[in-house]
Amino acid sequence: MHCQVPYCQVQELDTLDRRLIDSYQRGLPVCTRPFHTVAERLGTSEAEVIARLERLQALGVLSRVGPVFDHARAGASLLAAVAVPEAERDAFAELINAAPGVNHNYAREHDYNLWFVMTAPDEPELEGRLDALESRLGLPILRLPMLEGFHIDLSFPIPWAELERT
Amino acid sequence: MSVSTCPSRSAPDQAPAGGASAERDAQGLDAFDRDIVLATQAGLPLVPDPWGAVGREVGLDGEAVLERMRAMQERGVIRRVAAVPNHYRLGYVANGMTVWDVDDAEVERLGREVAAIEGVSHCYRRPRHLPHWPYNLFAMLHGRSREEVERQAEALRARLGEACRDHRILYSSRILKKTGLRLARRAPHA
Repeated sequence: MHCQVPYCQVQELDTLDRRLIDSYQRGLPVCTRPFHTVAERLGTSEAEVIARLERLQALGVLSRVGPVFDHARAGASLLAAVAVPEAERDAFAELINAAPGVNHNYAREHDYNLWFVMTAPDEPELEGRLDALESRLGLPILRLPMLEGFHIDLSFPIPWAELERT
Repeated sequence: MSVSTCPSRSAPDQAPAGGASAERDAQGLDAFDRDIVLATQAGLPLVPDPWGAVGREVGLDGEAVLERMRAMQERGVIRRVAAVPNHYRLGYVANGMTVWDVDDAEVERLGREVAAIEGVSHCYRRPRHLPHWPYNLFAMLHGRSREEVERQAEALRARLGEACRDHRILYSSRILKKTGLRLARRAPHA
Protein backbone atom coordinates (compact mmCIF):
# COMPACT_ATOMS: atom_id res chain seq x y z
CA MET A 1 0.00 0.00 0.00
CA HIS A 2 2.86 2.37 0.78
CA CYS A 3 5.14 1.67 -2.13
CA GLN A 4 3.91 4.45 -4.37
CA VAL A 5 3.95 8.17 -3.87
CA PRO A 6 0.28 8.46 -3.16
CA TYR A 7 -0.41 11.85 -4.68
CA CYS A 8 1.70 11.54 -7.75
CA GLN A 9 -1.34 11.51 -9.98
CA VAL A 10 -2.91 14.82 -9.05
CA GLN A 11 -0.89 16.75 -11.61
CA GLU A 12 -1.81 14.17 -14.21
CA LEU A 13 -5.48 14.91 -13.79
CA ASP A 14 -6.80 17.61 -16.07
CA THR A 15 -9.86 19.77 -15.65
CA LEU A 16 -12.21 17.23 -17.19
CA ASP A 17 -10.91 14.45 -14.91
CA ARG A 18 -11.44 16.65 -11.89
CA ARG A 19 -14.90 17.72 -12.99
CA LEU A 20 -15.85 14.08 -13.48
CA ILE A 21 -14.78 13.22 -9.94
CA ASP A 22 -16.23 16.37 -8.36
CA SER A 23 -19.55 16.10 -10.13
CA TYR A 24 -20.11 12.39 -9.84
CA GLN A 25 -18.64 11.22 -6.54
CA ARG A 26 -22.02 12.01 -5.02
CA GLY A 27 -24.01 10.28 -7.69
CA LEU A 28 -24.24 9.37 -11.36
CA PRO A 29 -27.53 9.60 -13.21
CA VAL A 30 -29.28 6.24 -12.96
CA CYS A 31 -30.72 6.17 -16.46
CA THR A 32 -30.50 4.21 -19.68
CA ARG A 33 -27.20 5.61 -20.99
CA PRO A 34 -25.61 7.12 -17.87
CA PHE A 35 -22.27 8.00 -19.47
CA HIS A 36 -24.02 9.63 -22.40
CA THR A 37 -25.96 11.84 -19.97
CA VAL A 38 -22.74 12.69 -18.11
CA ALA A 39 -21.04 13.51 -21.43
CA GLU A 40 -23.84 15.88 -22.44
CA ARG A 41 -23.62 17.70 -19.12
CA LEU A 42 -19.83 18.06 -19.38
CA GLY A 43 -19.87 18.92 -23.06
CA THR A 44 -17.93 15.93 -24.28
CA SER A 45 -18.59 12.53 -25.83
CA GLU A 46 -19.76 9.30 -24.23
CA ALA A 47 -16.62 7.53 -25.47
CA GLU A 48 -14.46 10.23 -23.86
CA VAL A 49 -16.26 9.88 -20.52
CA ILE A 50 -15.84 6.11 -20.58
CA ALA A 51 -12.16 6.39 -21.51
CA ARG A 52 -11.57 8.89 -18.70
CA LEU A 53 -13.31 6.73 -16.12
CA GLU A 54 -11.29 3.71 -17.24
CA ARG A 55 -8.07 5.67 -16.86
CA LEU A 56 -9.02 7.06 -13.45
CA GLN A 57 -9.79 3.53 -12.30
CA ALA A 58 -6.52 2.24 -13.70
CA LEU A 59 -4.64 5.01 -11.87
CA GLY A 60 -6.40 4.03 -8.67
CA VAL A 61 -7.83 7.53 -8.25
CA LEU A 62 -11.29 6.01 -8.52
CA SER A 63 -11.73 2.77 -6.64
CA ARG A 64 -14.76 1.98 -8.78
CA VAL A 65 -17.72 3.41 -10.67
CA GLY A 66 -20.82 1.79 -9.32
CA PRO A 67 -23.35 1.45 -6.55
CA VAL A 68 -22.50 2.32 -2.96
CA PHE A 69 -24.51 -0.04 -0.79
CA ASP A 70 -25.86 0.67 2.64
CA HIS A 71 -24.49 -2.43 4.27
CA ALA A 72 -26.86 -2.16 7.18
CA ARG A 73 -29.67 -2.64 4.66
CA ALA A 74 -27.97 -5.14 2.39
CA GLY A 75 -27.33 -7.82 4.98
CA ALA A 76 -25.91 -7.83 8.48
CA SER A 77 -22.49 -6.47 9.39
CA LEU A 78 -20.56 -5.26 12.36
CA LEU A 79 -17.22 -3.79 13.34
CA ALA A 80 -15.15 -6.16 15.43
CA ALA A 81 -11.81 -5.97 17.18
CA VAL A 82 -9.36 -8.42 18.75
CA ALA A 83 -6.32 -7.87 20.93
CA VAL A 84 -3.65 -10.26 19.67
CA PRO A 85 0.03 -10.54 20.62
CA GLU A 86 1.82 -8.07 18.33
CA ALA A 87 4.43 -10.66 17.33
CA GLU A 88 1.73 -13.02 16.08
CA ARG A 89 -0.40 -10.35 14.50
CA ASP A 90 -0.01 -11.47 10.90
CA ALA A 91 -0.86 -15.09 11.70
CA PHE A 92 -4.03 -14.00 13.48
CA ALA A 93 -4.84 -11.62 10.63
CA GLU A 94 -4.66 -14.52 8.20
CA LEU A 95 -7.13 -16.52 10.26
CA ILE A 96 -9.47 -13.53 10.32
CA ASN A 97 -9.11 -12.84 6.60
CA ALA A 98 -9.89 -16.46 5.80
CA ALA A 99 -13.15 -16.41 7.78
CA PRO A 100 -16.29 -16.13 5.67
CA GLY A 101 -17.76 -12.61 5.49
CA VAL A 102 -14.65 -10.61 6.46
CA ASN A 103 -14.12 -7.79 3.99
CA HIS A 104 -11.98 -5.24 5.82
CA ASN A 105 -9.16 -5.86 8.21
CA TYR A 106 -6.92 -3.08 9.52
CA ALA A 107 -4.02 -3.22 11.92
CA ARG A 108 -4.40 -0.34 14.35
CA GLU A 109 -2.13 1.04 17.04
CA HIS A 110 -3.91 -0.02 20.24
CA ASP A 111 -4.21 -3.08 22.52
CA TYR A 112 -7.09 -3.98 20.27
CA ASN A 113 -4.78 -4.16 17.29
CA LEU A 114 -6.85 -5.94 14.65
CA TRP A 115 -10.06 -4.31 13.44
CA PHE A 116 -12.29 -5.95 10.90
CA VAL A 117 -15.76 -5.82 9.46
CA MET A 118 -17.71 -9.07 9.50
CA THR A 119 -20.69 -9.43 7.18
CA ALA A 120 -23.37 -12.07 6.69
CA PRO A 121 -26.72 -12.40 4.93
CA ASP A 122 -28.55 -11.99 8.24
CA GLU A 123 -28.06 -11.51 11.99
CA PRO A 124 -28.11 -15.17 13.14
CA GLU A 125 -25.55 -16.06 10.47
CA LEU A 126 -23.42 -13.10 11.55
CA GLU A 127 -23.44 -14.22 15.18
CA GLY A 128 -22.59 -17.75 14.08
CA ARG A 129 -19.63 -16.57 12.03
CA LEU A 130 -18.32 -14.47 14.91
CA ASP A 131 -18.71 -17.34 17.39
CA ALA A 132 -16.88 -19.70 15.04
CA LEU A 133 -14.05 -17.22 14.50
CA GLU A 134 -13.82 -16.51 18.22
CA SER A 135 -13.24 -20.16 19.01
CA ARG A 136 -10.74 -20.47 16.18
CA LEU A 137 -8.77 -17.49 17.46
CA GLY A 138 -9.10 -18.51 21.08
CA LEU A 139 -9.58 -14.83 21.93
CA PRO A 140 -12.65 -12.78 22.72
CA ILE A 141 -13.96 -10.63 19.88
CA LEU A 142 -15.10 -7.13 20.75
CA ARG A 143 -18.44 -6.72 18.95
CA LEU A 144 -19.32 -3.17 18.01
CA PRO A 145 -22.49 -3.03 15.96
CA MET A 146 -23.60 0.36 14.72
CA LEU A 147 -26.37 1.64 16.98
CA GLU A 148 -26.84 4.90 15.15
CA GLY A 149 -25.22 6.50 12.11
CA PHE A 150 -24.69 10.25 12.21
CA HIS A 151 -22.65 10.60 9.05
CA ILE A 152 -22.09 7.79 6.65
CA ASP A 153 -21.16 9.59 3.48
CA LEU A 154 -17.61 8.94 2.39
CA SER A 155 -17.57 11.66 -0.21
CA PHE A 156 -16.08 15.07 0.48
CA PRO A 157 -14.93 17.92 -1.70
CA ILE A 158 -11.43 17.36 -3.01
CA PRO A 159 -9.16 20.42 -2.69
CA TRP A 160 -7.32 19.94 -5.98
CA ALA A 161 -5.25 23.10 -5.83
CA GLU A 162 -4.10 22.31 -2.31
CA LEU A 163 -3.20 18.74 -3.26
CA GLU A 164 -1.12 20.03 -6.16
CA ARG A 165 0.99 22.07 -3.77
CA THR A 166 1.57 19.18 -1.38
CA MET B 1 -34.49 11.31 -19.20
CA SER B 2 -37.41 9.17 -20.22
CA VAL B 3 -37.18 5.46 -19.76
CA SER B 4 -39.22 3.15 -21.87
CA THR B 5 -41.36 0.85 -19.81
CA CYS B 6 -40.44 -2.74 -19.64
CA PRO B 7 -43.41 -5.07 -19.86
CA SER B 8 -42.06 -7.86 -17.73
CA ARG B 9 -40.36 -8.48 -14.40
CA SER B 10 -39.56 -4.89 -13.62
CA ALA B 11 -42.84 -3.68 -12.17
CA PRO B 12 -42.22 -3.50 -8.43
CA ASP B 13 -45.54 -5.00 -7.42
CA GLN B 14 -45.40 -7.75 -9.96
CA ALA B 15 -43.99 -11.14 -9.07
CA PRO B 16 -40.73 -11.48 -10.97
CA ALA B 17 -40.36 -14.26 -13.44
CA GLY B 18 -38.37 -17.18 -12.14
CA GLY B 19 -40.07 -18.79 -9.16
CA ALA B 20 -37.16 -18.73 -6.72
CA SER B 21 -36.72 -15.00 -7.06
CA ALA B 22 -40.07 -14.31 -5.40
CA GLU B 23 -38.45 -15.11 -2.06
CA ARG B 24 -37.27 -11.88 -0.45
CA ASP B 25 -34.79 -11.54 2.36
CA ALA B 26 -35.02 -9.25 5.38
CA GLN B 27 -33.84 -6.33 3.24
CA GLY B 28 -36.53 -6.92 0.64
CA LEU B 29 -34.05 -8.24 -1.91
CA ASP B 30 -35.04 -11.17 -4.08
CA ALA B 31 -32.63 -13.49 -5.85
CA PHE B 32 -32.34 -11.24 -8.92
CA ASP B 33 -31.61 -8.21 -6.73
CA ARG B 34 -28.92 -10.14 -4.93
CA ASP B 35 -27.43 -11.22 -8.26
CA ILE B 36 -27.41 -7.60 -9.38
CA VAL B 37 -25.66 -6.58 -6.16
CA LEU B 38 -23.08 -9.33 -6.69
CA ALA B 39 -22.54 -8.31 -10.30
CA THR B 40 -22.13 -4.59 -9.55
CA GLN B 41 -20.54 -4.28 -6.11
CA ALA B 42 -17.02 -4.28 -7.53
CA GLY B 43 -18.01 -1.67 -10.12
CA LEU B 44 -20.13 -1.29 -13.22
CA PRO B 45 -18.87 -2.34 -16.61
CA LEU B 46 -17.68 0.86 -18.32
CA VAL B 47 -19.66 0.49 -21.53
CA PRO B 48 -22.40 2.65 -23.07
CA ASP B 49 -25.13 0.36 -21.74
CA PRO B 50 -23.91 -0.89 -18.35
CA TRP B 51 -27.36 -2.12 -17.29
CA GLY B 52 -27.64 -4.29 -20.39
CA ALA B 53 -24.20 -5.74 -19.66
CA VAL B 54 -25.18 -6.51 -16.07
CA GLY B 55 -28.47 -7.91 -17.35
CA ARG B 56 -26.70 -10.40 -19.58
CA GLU B 57 -24.82 -11.61 -16.53
CA VAL B 58 -27.88 -12.11 -14.35
CA GLY B 59 -30.47 -13.10 -16.95
CA LEU B 60 -32.56 -9.93 -17.15
CA ASP B 61 -32.88 -7.22 -19.76
CA GLY B 62 -31.21 -3.87 -19.18
CA GLU B 63 -34.45 -2.05 -18.37
CA ALA B 64 -35.28 -4.57 -15.66
CA VAL B 65 -31.83 -4.12 -14.12
CA LEU B 66 -32.25 -0.33 -14.21
CA GLU B 67 -35.68 -0.55 -12.57
CA ARG B 68 -34.29 -2.77 -9.83
CA MET B 69 -31.34 -0.45 -9.25
CA ARG B 70 -33.79 2.42 -8.84
CA ALA B 71 -36.02 0.41 -6.52
CA MET B 72 -33.03 -0.53 -4.34
CA GLN B 73 -32.02 3.12 -4.29
CA GLU B 74 -35.52 4.15 -3.21
CA ARG B 75 -35.46 1.60 -0.39
CA GLY B 76 -32.05 2.84 0.71
CA VAL B 77 -30.21 -0.41 -0.01
CA ILE B 78 -28.17 1.56 -2.55
CA ARG B 79 -27.08 4.96 -1.25
CA ARG B 80 -25.95 6.22 -4.62
CA VAL B 81 -24.40 5.09 -7.87
CA ALA B 82 -21.21 7.06 -8.12
CA ALA B 83 -17.62 7.49 -9.20
CA VAL B 84 -16.03 6.48 -5.90
CA PRO B 85 -12.68 8.22 -5.27
CA ASN B 86 -9.84 6.45 -3.52
CA HIS B 87 -8.84 9.15 -1.08
CA TYR B 88 -5.65 7.35 -0.16
CA ARG B 89 -4.41 7.73 -3.73
CA LEU B 90 -5.28 11.41 -3.61
CA GLY B 91 -2.94 11.90 -0.68
CA TYR B 92 -5.18 11.23 2.30
CA VAL B 93 -2.71 8.76 3.79
CA ALA B 94 -3.47 9.34 7.47
CA ASN B 95 -6.58 7.56 8.64
CA GLY B 96 -7.46 7.88 12.28
CA MET B 97 -10.34 6.10 13.90
CA THR B 98 -11.19 8.35 16.84
CA VAL B 99 -13.17 6.83 19.67
CA TRP B 100 -14.87 8.88 22.38
CA ASP B 101 -16.42 8.17 25.75
CA VAL B 102 -19.35 10.54 25.67
CA ASP B 103 -22.14 11.06 28.21
CA ASP B 104 -25.04 8.84 27.09
CA ALA B 105 -27.51 11.65 27.62
CA GLU B 106 -25.63 13.85 25.15
CA VAL B 107 -24.25 11.41 22.62
CA GLU B 108 -27.08 11.70 20.10
CA ARG B 109 -26.97 15.47 19.86
CA LEU B 110 -23.16 15.61 19.91
CA GLY B 111 -22.84 12.78 17.40
CA ARG B 112 -24.75 14.82 14.87
CA GLU B 113 -22.63 17.90 15.56
CA VAL B 114 -19.34 16.05 15.36
CA ALA B 115 -20.38 14.40 12.10
CA ALA B 116 -20.52 17.81 10.44
CA ILE B 117 -16.90 18.70 11.28
CA GLU B 118 -14.48 18.77 8.36
CA GLY B 119 -12.47 15.61 7.87
CA VAL B 120 -15.08 13.29 9.43
CA SER B 121 -16.05 10.70 6.84
CA HIS B 122 -18.29 8.67 9.07
CA CYS B 123 -19.54 8.87 12.59
CA TYR B 124 -21.36 6.17 14.54
CA ARG B 125 -22.68 5.40 17.98
CA ARG B 126 -21.61 1.93 19.10
CA PRO B 127 -21.99 0.00 22.38
CA ARG B 128 -19.45 0.19 25.21
CA HIS B 129 -17.93 -3.01 26.57
CA LEU B 130 -16.79 -2.17 30.07
CA PRO B 131 -14.25 -2.30 31.54
CA HIS B 132 -12.04 -2.75 28.47
CA TRP B 133 -13.89 -0.57 26.00
CA PRO B 134 -15.56 2.57 27.37
CA TYR B 135 -15.98 4.35 24.01
CA ASN B 136 -19.45 4.85 22.59
CA LEU B 137 -18.85 7.32 19.73
CA PHE B 138 -16.70 6.64 16.67
CA ALA B 139 -15.58 9.23 14.14
CA MET B 140 -13.31 8.36 11.24
CA LEU B 141 -10.88 11.13 10.32
CA HIS B 142 -8.92 11.48 7.10
CA GLY B 143 -6.00 13.78 6.56
CA ARG B 144 -2.83 14.13 4.54
CA SER B 145 -0.73 13.73 7.66
CA ARG B 146 -1.11 12.67 11.28
CA GLU B 147 -0.74 16.32 12.25
CA GLU B 148 -3.78 17.15 10.18
CA VAL B 149 -5.75 14.31 11.78
CA GLU B 150 -4.68 15.53 15.22
CA ARG B 151 -5.92 19.04 14.45
CA GLN B 152 -9.25 17.57 13.38
CA ALA B 153 -9.41 15.50 16.57
CA GLU B 154 -8.77 18.68 18.59
CA ALA B 155 -11.74 20.30 16.90
CA LEU B 156 -13.88 17.30 17.87
CA ARG B 157 -12.59 17.41 21.44
CA ALA B 158 -13.52 21.06 21.69
CA ARG B 159 -17.00 20.42 20.34
CA LEU B 160 -17.64 17.53 22.75
CA GLY B 161 -16.51 19.59 25.73
CA GLU B 162 -17.42 18.40 29.21
CA ALA B 163 -19.56 15.55 27.91
CA CYS B 164 -16.41 13.70 26.80
CA ARG B 165 -14.52 11.80 29.48
CA ASP B 166 -11.82 10.18 27.38
CA HIS B 167 -10.77 9.57 23.81
CA ARG B 168 -8.20 7.80 21.66
CA ILE B 169 -6.98 8.06 18.09
CA LEU B 170 -6.35 4.64 16.58
CA TYR B 171 -4.25 5.05 13.46
CA SER B 172 -4.25 2.28 10.94
CA SER B 173 -0.73 0.96 10.60
CA ARG B 174 -1.55 -1.51 7.86
CA ILE B 175 -4.43 -2.51 5.65
CA LEU B 176 -4.56 -6.30 5.89
CA LYS B 177 -7.64 -6.78 3.78
CA LYS B 178 -9.94 -4.44 1.95
CA THR B 179 -12.55 -5.41 -0.54
CA GLY B 180 -15.59 -3.67 -1.89
CA LEU B 181 -17.31 -7.02 -1.99
CA ARG B 182 -20.02 -7.05 0.58
CA LEU B 183 -22.87 -9.35 -0.14
CA ALA B 184 -22.26 -13.06 -0.14
CA ARG B 185 -24.58 -15.33 -1.99
CA ARG B 186 -27.03 -16.89 0.43
CA ALA B 187 -27.70 -19.99 -1.59
CA PRO B 188 -27.68 -20.83 -5.25
CA HIS B 189 -31.10 -20.24 -6.74
CA ALA B 190 -30.59 -21.31 -10.31
